[in-house]
Amino acid sequence: MTPARLFLTGARDTLPLILAAIPFGIVYGALAMNNGLSQWATLAISLFVFAGSAQFIAVTLVASAAAVPVILLTVFVVNLRHMLYAASLMPWMTGLPQRIRVLMAFWLTDETYAVVTNRITRDPELRGLPWYYCGSGLAMYGNWILCTWLGITLGQHIPDITRWGLDVAMVVAFIGIVVPALQSRAQWACALCAGACSLLTWDWPHQSGLLLTALVAITVGVVLERRDNSKANRPAYEAETQSLPQGDISK
Amino acid sequence: MNEWTLIAGMAALTFGPRYLPLALAGRARIPPLIEQALRFVPIAVLSAIITQTTLIHQGAVDFTLSNAHLLAAIAACLVAWFSRGLFLTVAIGLLTYGVARWII
Repeated sequence: MTPARLFLTGARDTLPLILAAIPFGIVYGALAMNNGLSQWATLAISLFVFAGSAQFIAVTLVASAAAVPVILLTVFVVNLRHMLYAASLMPWMTGLPQRIRVLMAFWLTDETYAVVTNRITRDPELRGLPWYYCGSGLAMYGNWILCTWLGITLGQHIPDITRWGLDVAMVVAFIGIVVPALQSRAQWACALCAGACSLLTWDWPHQSGLLLTALVAITVGVVLERRDNSKANRPAYEAETQSLPQGDISK
Repeated sequence: MNEWTLIAGMAALTFGPRYLPLALAGRARIPPLIEQALRFVPIAVLSAIITQTTLIHQGAVDFTLSNAHLLAAIAACLVAWFSRGLFLTVAIGLLTYGVARWII
């Protein structure tokens, strides 16, 4: 596929998630204005920060008059899951210039990550991943800014919009990504364990429960996978990425 | 409060964790065990986010049929499993939510 085609395919594959993000962006814009941020600050956060859930938590804390260091610490902790995402993308970064990596990092969201990993799983030999990734990232970014602006405008007319429960759009979109990906026993166990553990830890401060949940669920997945592999006389782990060229495509 | 200090700080603290692993990629080989673990990240984190957003409402676990989020999630799971189509899953999920909110 040509780079332009890959770029468009990335954007197209992200379309369902973009639709799901529309109400999110609108509610963010409305909520931030309700909570006393200026409209330029509300828009600037979407432009320069671009992190859905961290933005929500930040504007909620602004409303409760939290100190700036407290807000920043919370934002940092909420964003730690992106560090996990980025770490899992590391094998696909070899040979890419840093300026592309900067762009990919800035556009790393739950949605783009979900779409990109979905694609990698189906097509581990994919060339030109950055094009696909950036198509998805730019589409999410443009949509997010547009919807923030819409929310700023609408929020002034429909004050109740923040209570419509529009986060359901994101839930069903994530279900559409995760459920078809559950193939092995280890993956099922990982998902169920994450669900159960997240219910036990949801009231921990600053989403620390989410991080512990991820840790526990991942451990369960890995242990089961290694055990199943050894029962089937396979190696404990076969790195799919080893079949990929490590930065020397010319060979 | 200075809004712009807040925005600059948020931007830095969001970009940092996203960029650090990408910046370092290629300088060090990731140990196979860690790589195997990282493959479970999407399933683990997204499942946790799905469960919490579906079941936690107004500061409590709501596991009843009057929880419209739960009904939408169940419908979405069924559609996702049988159709494997993302668009259809989102559409049916949202439709279920709309109908449930309207009835409840």
